Amino acid sequence: MVTTASTDLKVLTRRLRRHIVNMVYTAKSGHIGGSMSAIDIMAVLYTRILKHQPNDPAWVGRDRFIMSKGHCTPAQYAILAECGYFPVEELASFRRKGGRLQGHSVLGKPGGVENSAGALGMGLSFGLGIRLGMRLRGMDNRVVVLMGDGEQDEGQVWEAAMAAAHHEVDGLIAIIDRNGIQNDDFTANTMRTEPLDEKYRAFGWEVRAGIDGHDHAAIEETLRWAYSVRGKPVCVIFDTVKGKGVSFMENNPGFHGAPPSDEQYALAMTELADAEGTR
Amino acid sequence: MTTAPAPAATREALGPALVRLQRAGADIIVVDADLGKSTSARAFKDAYPERFFTFGVAEQNMVSAAAGLATLGSTVFATTFAVFAEHAFDQLRMSVAQPRANVKIVASHGGVSTGEDGASAQSIEDLALFSSLLNFSVVVPADIVEAEAIIDAAVANDGPWYIRTGRPKLPVVYTEGHRFRLGKADMLRDGSDLTIVACGLLVERSLRAAEALAKDGIQARVLNMATIRPLDVEALEAAARETGAIVVAEEHLVHSGLGAMCAQALATRHPVPMEFVGVQNRYGESGTWDEVLDIMGLNAAGVTEAAKRVLARKR
Repeated sequence: MVTTASTDLKVLTRRLRRHIVNMVYTAKSGHIGGSMSAIDIMAVLYTRILKHQPNDPAWVGRDRFIMSKGHCTPAQYAILAECGYFPVEELASFRRKGGRLQGHSVLGKPGGVENSAGALGMGLSFGLGIRLGMRLRGMDNRVVVLMGDGEQDEGQVWEAAMAAAHHEVDGLIAIIDRNGIQNDDFTANTMRTEPLDEKYRAFGWEVRAGIDGHDHAAIEETLRWAYSVRGKPVCVIFDTVKGKGVSFMENNPGFHGAPPSDEQYALAMTELADAEGTR
Repeated sequence: MTTAPAPAATREALGPALVRLQRAGADIIVVDADLGKSTSARAFKDAYPERFFTFGVAEQNMVSAAAGLATLGSTVFATTFAVFAEHAFDQLRMSVAQPRANVKIVASHGGVSTGEDGASAQSIEDLALFSSLLNFSVVVPADIVEAEAIIDAAVANDGPWYIRTGRPKLPVVYTEGHRFRLGKADMLRDGSDLTIVACGLLVERSLRAAEALAKDGIQARVLNMATIRPLDVEALEAAARETGAIVVAEEHLVHSGLGAMCAQALATRHPVPMEFVGVQNRYGESGTWDEVLDIMGLNAAGVTEAAKRVLARKR
């Protein structure tokens, strides 16, 4: 189990990336690109910041992580398994008949998955509801919502952005994994959503943007700041690279939702190999 | 001598019932989309402002936030008009139905009896949409007494509910103290010649139709099928076996509402001749609420005629 501050994030995130590639290759389907862009943020969050107990997923004192970009289950299952929510061996059942690890997030399957997702744009609203409920109960826990940048096309995101500011909800942290690519094409060619930072600021949020979403120290420093903000919801926009960690997948729209071929798989695992091995 | 209770709209039940239940120890939160005065949810805001969240005219955000709130253990009531609840269908499916969130959608201004506002405000497809969502209980009260009993039952039962209330002031069918049982038809009148299955404001109209039929020597059973899902198939089958003909009356499109669901249930159990009183393949229009109902044939005369048609086919 890797939930302590002494975790070597470099080693962990290479292992997580191997899990992601293995899962999608074995399932012959799934979303590698957006999982690879988000995994450094998720690794830092789960091992350094988030209050949680992998042996007690329903612990009332926990912070909540809401996976709004619900297609990136390879990243979510990989970090949950490495934290000890379920055995790493179960990752091989990803998208398989009879397994718990469905293609898109399903609340409670397995424990640690806090919301159902797959249709985009709903996670921020769901997290807002949780945080309002926590506030009513006097709970100081944080709700962290991970969204994609393509997801910002969804109107519901902005309904939630308005409402969070209107209700002066603090402790709600929106993270945008700004990898610049969505399903069909680069986000800039699909729907111009920039400048996201100025938009969230105009909606009444505290915002930090332009952070390298693969720099573990920068991620940790930024998330600690986000945890400390009072009186307003917080949006952190991380600049990331889709497919990060495998040279030919990086910034390549072809690896949003397609599995690697046998050759691509072998090459990817070679690139992600380290002293721990190639699996 | 007791005087008949004054007519009342089913939508008026919500706010006072929620205040009463919260006062009695329930853990209720209400979310709203700028229609709290019309849905009567404002009464809860006045009593428990910290437990009432408005999300503005943004139903999708309201529904997903309601699902999030419910994860902490509260019973969350989300209120708007029926046509606007339809606006959040995908959110209802993924955030509420699939995880069985304890969220109660109370949608007022259901059916065509919204009247003057015209076709865009008249929900004639909401029962189909919500019945298509697994795990949802779908309920339509016949009057304000039953509406209040349904709110009680919704708080007592975990899981997603859709409760359709209405705008017009209607005659009261039930007496105070009526107990609502989810999934159970309520036989308001027995008869052996045919059965009229109705929900919502068609219940009182069907009772009047049954009285008119009785004058012609026809004895109609009347079932209040307030619960659309889960449907009381046992009561339906018994009605089919014992009376041999069925009329279904509802304020909804006939091809996808209570009538269609009754027909499907009976097709495999005990098929009998059926007729359907409802909205026939058209959108509504403006008019007073009872004028629009008359245009659609959703009145006692419409039910009586359907009864005579089904009896002709029964022979």
